[in-house]
Amino acid sequence: MAKTYQEINEKIKKGKAVVLNAEEVIKLVEEKGLKKAAEEVDVVTTATFGPMCSSGAFINVGHTNPKMKITKAWLNGVNAYAGLAAVDLYIGATEIPDNDPANSKHPGSFSYGGAHVIHDLIAGKDVKLKATAYGTDCYPRKELEAKINIKNLNEAYLCNPRNCYQNYNVAVNLSPKPIYTYMGTIKPNLGNANYCSAGQLSPLLNDPLYKTIGIGTRIWLGGAQGYVYWQGTQHAPQGERGKNDVPIGGAGTLAVAGDMKQMKPEWIVGTSMQGYGVTLTIGIGIPIPILNEEILKYASVKDEDIFAPIVDYSSDYPNCKPGNLGKVSYAELKSGKISVQGKEVKTSGMSSYKKALEIANILKKEIKEGKFLLSEPVQKLPGPDSKERFKPLK
Amino acid sequence: MTSKRLVLKFPKEVGDKPIVYKLIKNFDLVFNILKAQVSPEKEGLLVMELTGSDNDIEKGINYLKDNKVTIQPLEKDIARDENKCTHCSACVVHCPTGALYIKDRATMEVGFDKSKCILCEACIPVCPVGAMKTNY
Repeated sequence: MAKTYQEINEKIKKGKAVVLNAEEVIKLVEEKGLKKAAEEVDVVTTATFGPMCSSGAFINVGHTNPKMKITKAWLNGVNAYAGLAAVDLYIGATEIPDNDPANSKHPGSFSYGGAHVIHDLIAGKDVKLKATAYGTDCYPRKELEAKINIKNLNEAYLCNPRNCYQNYNVAVNLSPKPIYTYMGTIKPNLGNANYCSAGQLSPLLNDPLYKTIGIGTRIWLGGAQGYVYWQGTQHAPQGERGKNDVPIGGAGTLAVAGDMKQMKPEWIVGTSMQGYGVTLTIGIGIPIPILNEEILKYASVKDEDIFAPIVDYSSDYPNCKPGNLGKVSYAELKSGKISVQGKEVKTSGMSSYKKALEIANILKKEIKEGKFLLSEPVQKLPGPDSKERFKPLK
Repeated sequence: MTSKRLVLKFPKEVGDKPIVYKLIKNFDLVFNILKAQVSPEKEGLLVMELTGSDNDIEKGINYLKDNKVTIQPLEKDIARDENKCTHCSACVVHCPTGALYIKDRATMEVGFDKSKCILCEACIPVCPVGAMKTNY
């Protein structure tokens, strides 16, 4: 028995929708079977909470008197992009201050950057704005130093070109030296293996063929309601998939946006990766409407049926060498150890399963209380048969 | 039995004496080295936990003092900021004693058992959100 978005939203408005998180639904399907469970369940909530570098915020700081067309701008010493109209700025998550020692003393600590500015704004802290301009007849002002606060900004919204990676590599180090990567610090000679996905809770792993998540999908972003506005950069749906259609490796990504004024600082966290740089840890929740049995089958995927490739980050990854050192399931990764080249290797996550589960439960509550309605995508994301391919620079 | 965490500083002229060996042998103390910095011709630093009877510990400390070792109680402590920790588990593989560990494999919550912490500070630079801190 198929359902429509409209029917599900009517049930949500009446407070009658049956909502489960992506962990709970696994058990229900096991107990009742797909057919019965699909009749019962209206929505499955998915979520993830992890570092997502390709993120940033547009802010409009408001006009000064006299007016200024900002050419260069810094927020708490971190460069913001000003190549836009007069007082529009974009602060990118990975930007570091001009005077940051970076990796000159390796490994650098990268204690503050664009992601921390974004967190501070959301936390309601004052942020120091410094700006310069060349001056024009209509915008004569050339210098500005001011304190800005999110409550006084005209707009402040996250606009992230690539979030929510469908799946990801497991990073290991085959070299005899420690390496410092965006996947964390990895000890030499297969000292540890770092993974980064919420597995069975992660949004695009529960909708592997993008049947419900698309452009226009309303999502939970950092505590606010946001939207998927495009496929993310490097969206690569054509890669290898398992029999369950779940990609084995990177694959799909989402571009998302949402109002920072509604967000909460605990879900948008400035993050420092030793020896690598600054990134933004983001909480995202996405509801999946159970329109039919097939969608439920995908949404009840389990950790043991989701596989990630093990990749050497000391040489293979930086040098674009294809292939991997094997595949492991998220059930194995979450057990604390995996086997790589016959050696037992301890695992660490970079994405928090615990926080992802909290988000899935918050979203579940909001839907049950009628505060969060589902939206039908206005356009599908490119799927496995799309022609546009993710390719390297030639 | 009592345990005391001490910071010992060895002047360079005693560098060749088997002071710690005698401390253990003569006073029946159990020790656990938390941190050691020894370089030739320089003052040596040893952070250790001594365990034994009150009487033996007192005698041991007096022996160290007689050998010109300066002693300070260790007031350093590694603490986790519970509001900052996201339970990502990045620290777990870097903690050599399992003080930072996965409490429950179903929820993947990261626990912190201070009694196992040897103050090596390996967790501090690898924590992406700066949740691990040294307190003095």
